[in-house]
Amino acid sequence: MGEVIVVTSGKGGVGKTTTTANVGTGLAKLDKKVVLIDTDIGLRNLDVVMGLENRIVYNLVDVVEGNCRIKQALIKDKRYNNLYLLPSAQTRDKSAVTPEQMKVLCDELKNEFDYIIVDCPAGIEQGFKNAIAGADRALVVTTPEVSAVRDADRIIGLLEANEMKKIDLIVNRLRVDLVKSGDMMSSSDVEEILAINLIGVVPDDENIVVSTNQGEPLVGSDAKAGIAYMNICKRIMGEDVPFMDLTAKKGFFSKLFGKKN
Amino acid sequence: MWFMKKKSSGDVAKNRLKLVLSSDKAGCSPEIMEQMKNEIIEVISKYIDVDTEGLEFKFRNASDGSNSLLANIPIKEAKGRRRY
Repeated sequence: MGEVIVVTSGKGGVGKTTTTANVGTGLAKLDKKVVLIDTDIGLRNLDVVMGLENRIVYNLVDVVEGNCRIKQALIKDKRYNNLYLLPSAQTRDKSAVTPEQMKVLCDELKNEFDYIIVDCPAGIEQGFKNAIAGADRALVVTTPEVSAVRDADRIIGLLEANEMKKIDLIVNRLRVDLVKSGDMMSSSDVEEILAINLIGVVPDDENIVVSTNQGEPLVGSDAKAGIAYMNICKRIMGEDVPFMDLTAKKGFFSKLFGKKN
Repeated sequence: MWFMKKKSSGDVAKNRLKLVLSSDKAGCSPEIMEQMKNEIIEVISKYIDVDTEGLEFKFRNASDGSNSLLANIPIKEAKGRRRY
């Protein structure tokens, strides 16, 4: 029986789709059977981040409306044959799918897959309600900025009100240099404010831009963000992986003698 | 700030966030805050001469995670009370 994980944030542009692509690909790398669902109807994006935009025939709305079978709409990944994408519809809107339909779909996919990763649209309206309907757990993505953290707090409240069993936090796009100079909140600051379990910290990394340009998630590469995403995948699977030393507030001596990174 | 220490913008962000989140959770918009403030002044002014200029209302996070509303109301002088 698989697990449904929704990736959500409230605010747009904090890295939900990038996180979905990398976590999904990472879990597939770890030999899990994974399907990614893009629920952002009308603003389809996960297909291009995965580099699968040319292979779309059917989409999420086709599946829930019964125009095709689930298997017909699933696109196999370019590199991993245990990784699939269920793309969103580009020409419809959020009301084309209901939370009940999403729940039925997720429950069905649970029989086939180990992990079902649901990419949630920004906002707290219909699209959000659809995305969380069938989810067993949530990954809340935020950046260390006041606007994103405020929205994350609202999202956490809504997830709790919907009785989400497990909610974990990913602090994305952390600038280590700014945290050191005191001009950015640290991941522990954000963790303290949001008061949920921190499952990963992804540093701001230009390799992400390159990988998105190419449509190839960088999880598992030796780029810092690639390592961070792989660590998140292992933690999702229950492994106890120590956090990379990115944000630790250094003491006097390590400030003097510590390595620069 | 009377002590000459410049706060880092990361700390400023953290403090602003804490305050905005507690006012979000209290469901208190700035307009309602203003209204509440005026009503409180009205009641207190019946008995005490308050300095409305120096008045301060704010949410505060305690270290145990609980929130409280702090009102700092400077008093000009007690009405009708004999001075010693």
